Amino acid sequence: MNRLSEFMLPPAKSTTAEATDALFHFINVTSVILLVGITIAILYFSWKYRRRSDDDVTPVIAHNSKLEITWSVIPLILVLIVFGWGFSGYLNLITPPDDAYEIRVVGKSWLWEFHYETGHVSVNELHVPVNRPVKLIMSSDDVLHSLYIPDYRVKMDVLPNRYTSLWFEATEIGESIIFCTEYCGTAHSNMLATAYVHSAEDFETWLETAGSADDDMDPVELGERLVTRNACNTCHSADGSRLTGPTFQGLWMSERTMEDGEVVTADENYIRESILEPNARINQGYDPVMPSYAGSLNDRQIDAIIEYIKTLQ
Amino acid sequence: MATNDSTTNVKRLQVRRYKPEENPETHYLNQEKGLWAWLTTVDHKKIGLMYLGSIAFFFFIGGVLALLLRTELLTPARSFMDADVYNQVFTLHGAIMIFFFLIPAGPAVLGNFILPLQLGAKDVAFPRLNLASFYIYVIGALFTLFAIVTGGVDTGWTFYTPYSATTGGNVMAMTLGIFILGFSSILTGLNFIVTIHKMRAPGITWNKLPLNMWGLYATSIIQILATPVLAITLLLLTMERALGIGIFDPALGGDPVLYQHFFWFYSHPAVYIMIVPGFGIISEVISTFSRKIIFGYWAIALSSLAIAFIGFLVWGHHMFTAGQSSLANMVFSFLTFLVGIPTGIKIFNWLATMYRGSIDMKTPMVYAMVFLFLFTIGGFTGIMLGALSVDIHLHDTYYVVAHFHYVMMGGMVMAFLAGLHYWWPKMFGKMYSEFWAKVSLALLFVGFNMTFLPQFVMGSQGMPRRYFNYIDQFQSFHQFSTIGAYIMGVAFLLMAGYMLHSLLRGKPASSNPWGSRALEWQTASPPDLHNFHHTPVVINGPYDYHKPMSEFQLGIATSHNGHHAGEAVDVSKTEKEQA
Repeated sequence: MNRLSEFMLPPAKSTTAEATDALFHFINVTSVILLVGITIAILYFSWKYRRRSDDDVTPVIAHNSKLEITWSVIPLILVLIVFGWGFSGYLNLITPPDDAYEIRVVGKSWLWEFHYETGHVSVNELHVPVNRPVKLIMSSDDVLHSLYIPDYRVKMDVLPNRYTSLWFEATEIGESIIFCTEYCGTAHSNMLATAYVHSAEDFETWLETAGSADDDMDPVELGERLVTRNACNTCHSADGSRLTGPTFQGLWMSERTMEDGEVVTADENYIRESILEPNARINQGYDPVMPSYAGSLNDRQIDAIIEYIKTLQ
Repeated sequence: MATNDSTTNVKRLQVRRYKPEENPETHYLNQEKGLWAWLTTVDHKKIGLMYLGSIAFFFFIGGVLALLLRTELLTPARSFMDADVYNQVFTLHGAIMIFFFLIPAGPAVLGNFILPLQLGAKDVAFPRLNLASFYIYVIGALFTLFAIVTGGVDTGWTFYTPYSATTGGNVMAMTLGIFILGFSSILTGLNFIVTIHKMRAPGITWNKLPLNMWGLYATSIIQILATPVLAITLLLLTMERALGIGIFDPALGGDPVLYQHFFWFYSHPAVYIMIVPGFGIISEVISTFSRKIIFGYWAIALSSLAIAFIGFLVWGHHMFTAGQSSLANMVFSFLTFLVGIPTGIKIFNWLATMYRGSIDMKTPMVYAMVFLFLFTIGGFTGIMLGALSVDIHLHDTYYVVAHFHYVMMGGMVMAFLAGLHYWWPKMFGKMYSEFWAKVSLALLFVGFNMTFLPQFVMGSQGMPRRYFNYIDQFQSFHQFSTIGAYIMGVAFLLMAGYMLHSLLRGKPASSNPWGSRALEWQTASPPDLHNFHHTPVVINGPYDYHKPMSEFQLGIATSHNGHHAGEAVDVSKTEKEQA
C-alpha cells in the first residue's frame, strides 16, 4: 500500500517534503483500511440479509449508544491527529530559517521573473543553491498567480499589491518544474518555469556570470536565446502561426494596423516600444495582455531581439 | 380504528383507513390539460417536473461540455480547440453544473415533488411563490445563455478577481444570471421552511418527520442564509466592472482576497445545499429497501443540521494558499475536520440500518450503495485536503477536481438518481426496466471511477487544474480519464433511453411498489392533483416497518376533515372513559 502511495507523489526534493508525504501516506492508509471495511460491510450485509420473502420481519434496532459513541469518538480522535500533524507541518512550511537566501519573484501573465541580489533577472528560470534555505518573496503585476513546485511540496498564491512568500531547501542538484496553479487566462497552462539547483560554488559562479554570459555572443543568436528565455515565444511564434500575440515571422518593416485604425510600420522604435510599453498600441484583433519588460531587458538585449526578428522574414 | 386518546384537552379525531387507489383514471398529470395549464400551474408536483425537465436539459449541456474538455485533453497540446475556447468551456461546465443542475436538483426537483406528499399536505405553503421561483430560475438561465452567446465567459465558475474584472467576454450577464438564480433558491428555501413548520398532517410531530424532510429543512436554512451573500458579492463585482468602484481589484484599490472570502462564504455552504438533500434521499431509500427502521434517527436528523451550521464556518479551507493569516488557516482547518464527523456518523448509521434488514437490491438501493462507496472516498479525500501541510501540495491540482467530483457526482448525482428511480413510479405511475437501469448503473460506476481515480494520482503528482496544455508525463492518466468519461456518456444515454421508454410504454406502477411505509406511498401513483383525497393522520414513525401497513394509511374519517373545532367530535368514547 505504501508503494501505491509513493507512486502517487513526485520525488521529494526538499527538506520539508518528507514530513508532508508521511501525513499523506498516513491518511491514505487509514482511509483505505476504513473504506475496505465499509465496502465489505455493504457487500456482506446486502448478501447476508438479502430479501428472502416479502413477509420478512426485521428487528427493531433504533439506536445503540455504545456503538454510536464509539463510531463518533474514534473518527474524532483520528481527525484530531490529522489536524495536529497537518498544522505542525504547515508551521514549518511558513517559517523560513533566518539565514534563508532571498529571491524576489514577480508573476506576470504569463511568465515568472526571478530577481537576484546582484540585480540579475532570470525569466522562467529559478536558480538556487542546494542545501540552503531559499525564501521567495513574491508579487504579481496583474492578476492572481500561484507558484507551485511539486517536487518541494510548496505552493503560494501570488497577488498584486501585496507580498506573499514561501521557502524551501532543495536537497538534490538537478531540475524541478514550476507551475502556475491559479487560473490566469489564455496561457495559464504555459506559465511554467524550471528550478535549477546548483552546488554552492556553481551557484556563486552562475550568479557572477549570469549577466555577462551573453557578452560575446552574436546579436541574432543572443536575440533568439532571449526570446526563449524571456518566454516571448509563449505568445509570439517564429513560424507564422497565430498564438496569443502576433507572430514574429514577417513582422520586420511590415505595416501594422492598430485597434484604433492607426497604421504603423514595424521598425526599431515600434518593436522597442512594444517591448517596454506593450499596451501603448495594440494590433488589431489582439488583446492588451502583454506584460512590460521595462527593467528586465536592457538596451543591448532589446537590440539583440530586434536583430533576431529581422532575420524572420 | 385507532384513535388518539390521551388527555382530555387533546382534540380527538376519528380516523379510518384509506387504501390508496390503484392506477387511478384521473391524476395530477391529466386533471388539467394543455401547455397553458402546465405553465400556470401552482401544483408542486408539476413545478417539480418542470424543474426536472430544466435540470435534465442543463445536465445534458454541462455533460457535453465535459466530454469536449476530456476530448481536448487526450493530447498534451492542442487537440481540436483553442486555449480561449477551452477556458470558456471549463467555466461553463462548472457554472452550469453547479448553479443550474446541482443546486436545484435536490430541493427544487425532488424536494418540490416529495415534500408536500411526505407531509400529507395538499401543496407547499405558498404555491404561487413556488411557481414564481421556477420562472426566476428560467430568467436566470436565459441571462446565462445570453452571456454564452454574446462572447462567453472564461473566468472559471469562481469568477476570481482581478481576472474577472479585466477579462473580455460577458461576465456581467453571467453574474447577473446567477444573481437572479439565487432568488429562486432563496424563495424555495423559504417556502419549504414554512411548509414544514405549518403544514404537517395531524400526527407528524418533529420526531416523526421523515429524514428527507430534515435534510430539506437543513438545506433550506442554508439557502436562506447563504445565498444573499452570493447576491451581494456578484452585485459588488458588477459594480466594480461597470462603474469602476474599487472593491476587489487591486488596480482600483480593492482586495482580491476579500472577494474570495465573500465568494466562499456562499459557495462552501452551497456545497451542502447540493449534498444535504442527498442525505435525506439516501435515508429514505436505505430504510425502504432494507424494510427496517432507520438506525439513529436523531443522529441522522441532527447531523444534517450540524453540517448546515458548521458548514458556514469552514469557507476559509478554500484559501489555505491564498494569503490569509496562518491563524485563520488553523481555525478553518480545525473546523473542517469537525464537519467531517457528522458526515461519518451518517455513513455508519446507514450501514447499521442495513444490518439484519431484508435487503432488496432494486435499482434505487444499488444507487444508494454506490453513493455510500463513492461518497466515502469523497469524504476521506476531503480529510486529506483539510490537512494543512498536505493541502499546500494538493491545492488547485487535479486532486481537488477528483475530490469534488467524488462528492458532487459520486455523492449528490448518485443520491439524486437513487431518488429519481425511487420516486419515478410515484411521479409518472410507470415502472422502468430494472434490467436496463442496472446495466446503465454498472456502466456509470465503471466509467465514473475510470474518469476520476486517475485524477487523484495526477493531482498528487502535481498536475494543476484548469490546464489547457500539460506536460507529457500525465498523458496516459488523461487518456484513461477521457475513456471513462465516454463510458459515463453512454450510461447516461442509456438512462435517457429506458426512462423515455418507461414514460411511453412502461408497465403501470402500483401505488406502493417498494412496500414503503412513508406517507407519499400511501396515495395513488400518480397522485391526485391535491395529493390525498383525505387528510392523512400519522400515528407511527416513518420507518416503523415492524408495524402493519394498515396503520400507515389512516385519514380523518369525518366529512369536515377535522375543521370546525366547535362541532361535536363524532368519536365514540373509549371503554375506559365510559367506565
